[in-house]
Amino acid sequence: MPPSAMPAIAAPYDLAVIGAGPAGMAATLSACELGLRVALIDEQHQPGGQIYRAAGASPLADVALLGPDYRRGRELVAALRACGAACDYYASAAVWQVTPSLEIGFSAGGRSRLLRASAIVAATGAMERPMPIPGWTLPGVMTAGAGQIAMKSAGFVPVGPVVLAGSGPLLFLVAWQYLNAGVTSIAVVETTPVGNHARALRHLPRALRAASYLRKGVTLIAALAKAGVPIRRGAQDLRVLPDESGRVGRLQYRIGSRLLTDPCNLLLLHQGVVPNTQLTRSLDCAHAWDEGQRCWRPVTDKWGASSLDGLWVAGDGAGIGGALAAESQGRLAALDAARSLGRLTPDRRDEMASAPRRQLSRNLAIRPFLDALYAPAPDFLAPPDETVVCRCEEVTAGDIRRFVAAGCTGPNQLKIFSRCGMGPCQGRSCGLTAGEIIAAARGVPVPEAGYYRIRAPLKPVTLGQLSDLSMEAD
Amino acid sequence: MTHTPVFRRLPGPDREKVVLTVDGHPIEALKGDSVAAAVLAAGVVSTRTTPVSGSARAPYCLMGVCFECLMDIDGEPNSQACMTLVRDGMVVRSQAGERLPAGQPRGGA
Ligand code: FES
Repeated sequence: MPPSAMPAIAAPYDLAVIGAGPAGMAATLSACELGLRVALIDEQHQPGGQIYRAAGASPLADVALLGPDYRRGRELVAALRACGAACDYYASAAVWQVTPSLEIGFSAGGRSRLLRASAIVAATGAMERPMPIPGWTLPGVMTAGAGQIAMKSAGFVPVGPVVLAGSGPLLFLVAWQYLNAGVTSIAVVETTPVGNHARALRHLPRALRAASYLRKGVTLIAALAKAGVPIRRGAQDLRVLPDESGRVGRLQYRIGSRLLTDPCNLLLLHQGVVPNTQLTRSLDCAHAWDEGQRCWRPVTDKWGASSLDGLWVAGDGAGIGGALAAESQGRLAALDAARSLGRLTPDRRDEMASAPRRQLSRNLAIRPFLDALYAPAPDFLAPPDETVVCRCEEVTAGDIRRFVAAGCTGPNQLKIFSRCGMGPCQGRSCGLTAGEIIAAARGVPVPEAGYYRIRAPLKPVTLGQLSDLSMEAD
Repeated sequence: MTHTPVFRRLPGPDREKVVLTVDGHPIEALKGDSVAAAVLAAGVVSTRTTPVSGSARAPYCLMGVCFECLMDIDGEPNSQACMTLVRDGMVVRSQAGERLPAGQPRGGA
């Protein structure tokens, strides 16, 4: 029958995994090993998530320039392929809804489908923390992650001059990868507050348990310095200035009392990563404010089980832990899901969990150090008045402060005062900033301001696609 | 409007060449590229203008989060160019000031 007349997928799966990054791939592998019937649904065209993007079929002749960690992605993708028929893999599939009864609606290949599962592992990963600075909406300004994705997925590197600005390990990693790829005109403008270093030192003893992370970081930065890449530390008051065509032309910033500018035709911003909570928010799962990482995360138990029965959250989507931690979390979530389905006894689950638990604790040992070192500077949490906060609807920080003065108490009320958070990105780009600005202006902690209420569809879906679906359901 | 390209391609395994048109101008890309990557590499300045001030925007996150890359792709408006792979003969248009309400399905069949 023609594709448009195909029925919605009715056969229920034991487990549906949403997202094929390290957590999703590991959860799928574990579940397949346990004999569960698994569906893996991923928005990308190939498995790997953002960290291992295109790891199975790289457009690069020399994949080694991405660094040794990328290899792990190739191993996971290969293992996933070996699952064969044990797992139905839906690629290029945008999930636009999950219902509390564990029905998943997604679009793939121009049509919508429904899928049912007895358990779901959400492995929807991280997104970059917004870094609102004046001029960040100009064409030619992108995230550091975007720069890396262009390289991993299409083999594109900047012609230069490129400036990487902000804070966090990814900033240096991307600069180092560009250096390996032969990019010559790179500058790093670091915004990490000077006081962070002393605070991070307190966590050094524990971080030494994960010494390989520290070694890697030190090696990267030393390689950049050796190659003569300028690293300007302690930058504040960042501002993007356009060229005559209206694209990015220069980054202006202040170090101490000196005002500096770096010319660039590509500016990559980075301020760490935060869990992407759109899916768990849309399900009204309980979320908690993480004061250390200054972000929201879904409340989960030690297996990743969320407040919604049948839904586990694994990987960075449950709180930032990095790719290796995500793998362990994916395995733990799959084990507990199998237990809940009666496919593993609690004892057997616990036994099988001991290795991933050990790995998880080792890989998380570095986090308190990194969290303290790269805690975002206040400038970027609550930017100056003129800064656009909501990129979709062009609401500025000053607008939000005026609304607070007029009685706005949180992001949801903000939607009554303006269209902030109501554009196509559904608050992904402004939600954290709006919460921080409102909380600071009211003089209350962020949890008291709250977060946007998120509703499906999470991704664009056409009325045509939806009507196909209702006909199929008849 | 285009500018001098700010990306160059590193050597890689052979991939099929495809040609798509962006606002009527043909651009070349390789199979496996996203529309957003192809458009950026071709030096297209902006992929849409905003509904509020009409300011120019271009792909920002390349991972489906920011929705700055919304374009009309093969007659389907508000498509995320960073999540769509290029295809030979694809017809892509930038979007001017269109408003897509969140939390509501968009029209069209
Ligand atoms: S560039 Fe951000 S969604 Fe496409």
